[in-house]
Amino acid sequence: MSKMFVTATVNGDSAEFLCDPGATLLDVLRDTMGLTGTKEGCGSGDCGACTVMLDGEMVCSCLVLAAETEGRQVSTIEAVAEGSDLHPVQRQFLEHGALQCGFCTPGFIVASKALLDHNPNPSESEVRYWLAGNLCRCTGYDKIVRAVLDAAAEMRQERIPA
Amino acid sequence: MPSPVFHAPQTVDQAVALLGADPSARVLSGGTDLIVQMRSQRISPSAIVDVKRIAGMSGIREQGGSFIIGAATPCTALKENKALVTAWPGVVEAANLIGSVQVRNRATMAGNLCNASPAADSVPALVAAGATCLIAGPGGTREVAAEKVTTGPGRTTLAPGEFVVEIRLPARPAGGGDAYLRSIPRTEMDIAVVGAAAALVIDASGTCTAARISLGAVAPTVLLVEAAGAALIGSTFDEAAMERMADAVRVACSPIDDKRGTAVYRIAMAGILARRVVEIARSRAGEFK
Repeated sequence: MSKMFVTATVNGDSAEFLCDPGATLLDVLRDTMGLTGTKEGCGSGDCGACTVMLDGEMVCSCLVLAAETEGRQVSTIEAVAEGSDLHPVQRQFLEHGALQCGFCTPGFIVASKALLDHNPNPSESEVRYWLAGNLCRCTGYDKIVRAVLDAAAEMRQERIPA
Repeated sequence: MPSPVFHAPQTVDQAVALLGADPSARVLSGGTDLIVQMRSQRISPSAIVDVKRIAGMSGIREQGGSFIIGAATPCTALKENKALVTAWPGVVEAANLIGSVQVRNRATMAGNLCNASPAADSVPALVAAGATCLIAGPGGTREVAAEKVTTGPGRTTLAPGEFVVEIRLPARPAGGGDAYLRSIPRTEMDIAVVGAAAALVIDASGTCTAARISLGAVAPTVLLVEAAGAALIGSTFDEAAMERMADAVRVACSPIDDKRGTAVYRIAMAGILARRVVEIARSRAGEFK
């Protein structure tokens, strides 16, 4: 099977890659580009571990064919921090201990940042609904939800309640 | 998974030619069903035809109050069109019950329809609303009522080379309202055990002048239950009319027993959900003069 040549923008840089026509964006990010922050959980769009941004909208990269991304913008967990400066969502995940094994965390962080970019002041129930497509088997979600709410407050430059 | 050939045609004619030339080629728009089926090897298409590069396949156009929704328009984009949300809130809500935000950013109503699951959430709402599909194929285009597209689980009336180009919703009539509800054991990320949709028109006196009731997950296809709508027409939604409507709904059901629910439960719930959607649609109709 002949490979396809695709040019996309990945984390702000132009990226050219060869892929099988049936390869997913997740396959190419991890195996071709070495961007292994994005995780494969279920491979069927149920768990959200592979969440990335595609043209500014969050999607499961396991349900996108790499060939579809020709000319499009992809952004992954690797682009969430600016150098060594963590994004407020990342900092609050650390602060709250909102992870244990960490496998779901990249997907949660990309999805949480997408929420706060859309809605800087979400309610708890908006956070929970938004993150319904991200599964975590360790935390029970509560610490994640509090981390996102505190990150939102921090980004609005409000005082975070102790 | 074995790699198919990937095509991204720029025109409807090119897509029709690609699909017509290869009976195992499959249409890709959101991919949230197709790619899952490919990865689980339920299907192994020899070619994928990505229709998203075709002009007009994504986006919503309003024409004299009616709506033309490009078949590749993702569910979340429906919520951003305020006129559509105002006109057909039940359709927009139904489409935005599917999967997660990640899934809805890709998934389309046309895909939901053509995947032909009896439990597809957006389809009962489309059927109740009187939606039609514009289907392109080797013989040109044809317009088909949404309820005439599927024939059974995973099966459609689309011929080789045909694919859905647009979903069309009529203008919301004065005194019109619609609604969709589904029953699931959790609050998100689940498949309907029963789904019910209603679209009604009421006159100034509160009398029902038109009604379409549609059900999901209680038969091999989504159902349009004409007898249920007929039971409401001419009534003011009194208890006797509501019970005749619910009876017609229960009679129309032929569900299966499965892990999501028993047939008996589904039939009972269909009547209850139908009553609830009629109440919501009625209150929306009353607000839309």
